[in-house]
Amino acid sequence: MRFEVLVEVRLRPGIADPQGATVERALPALGFAGIDHVRVGKAIRLQVEAPDKAAAATTAQAVTERLLANPVIEEADVQVLGPVPAEVAVP
Amino acid sequence: MTARVAVVVFPGTNCEHDVVGALAGLGGDAELVWHGQRSLAGYDAVVLPGGFAHGDYLRPGAIARFSPVMEAVARFAAAGGPVVGICNGFQVLTEAGLLPGALQKNAGLRFVCTTTGIEVCTTRTPLTAHSAVGDVLRLPINHFEGNYTCDGATLARLRAEDRIVFRYTDNPNGSVDDIAGVCNEQGNVVGLMPHPERACDPLLGSTDGAVLLGSLLGVADTRSRAVPA
Repeated sequence: MRFEVLVEVRLRPGIADPQGATVERALPALGFAGIDHVRVGKAIRLQVEAPDKAAAATTAQAVTERLLANPVIEEADVQVLGPVPAEVAVP
Repeated sequence: MTARVAVVVFPGTNCEHDVVGALAGLGGDAELVWHGQRSLAGYDAVVLPGGFAHGDYLRPGAIARFSPVMEAVARFAAAGGPVVGICNGFQVLTEAGLLPGALQKNAGLRFVCTTTGIEVCTTRTPLTAHSAVGDVLRLPINHFEGNYTCDGATLARLRAEDRIVFRYTDNPNGSVDDIAGVCNEQGNVVGLMPHPERACDPLLGSTDGAVLLGSLLGVADTRSRAVPA
């Protein structure tokens, strides 16, 4: 089976986030008040061929630890969204 | 001089000819080595030059660390061979785990392209053996992700173990503790954001880079005589 996976990569708490800070500073000029703690990260989608959801999660977790996130500055959440419908599995 | 220096080229590297030219100008024998090569046998020093290895996709150095040549670089480093990462090469070395920390986007999200002062903080590395602690060198910097970052425990270790190699005299990118370059525990692997190869000719405004690369060649030359080929 093929599973759709969403990996969210974000900077660890305490690591300065120049992108988030820049976005946050731009907001008042656009008329948005009361918004803070803006953090910019990455969302990465992938499809994993695996016998079941747990196996897909294990593979995606390994990929994330090995490549998608740098543990020195980043942390990540891996979420298996569900099986990919067969008719759209191969574009 | 008998030293041979490998200058590693990834797809997207763009400073390799500057490095080869600078080393040749100092009497060194530098050769380009493609990233698909699995051996660095016969070389006495390795330079990972600047650029955008593998397009800097995902993170600078994140893909390059898996290039075949990197296993050879790791073995060369473990055997005590001098390895220098300049700019993108420094990023590759941190991603590969050969140097601690990471290089984040610059504070203020500014691409910096200027000449900066860096202070030599230790002379225990192949790059700084010809310098004195406290020497201030003027070298070009040219990067968007040069903001050196590490956790407090790592920073404390770097300080205690004399592994901060260069500090900016006027921090241009937000690097923790003004760090412009660090080395591994043994001191033979060095990474720095400034470009010594672009400061080896009076026409370019500074020859301070020649002090660093000349030192590297000296160490490599000694090594070439000591280690049977």
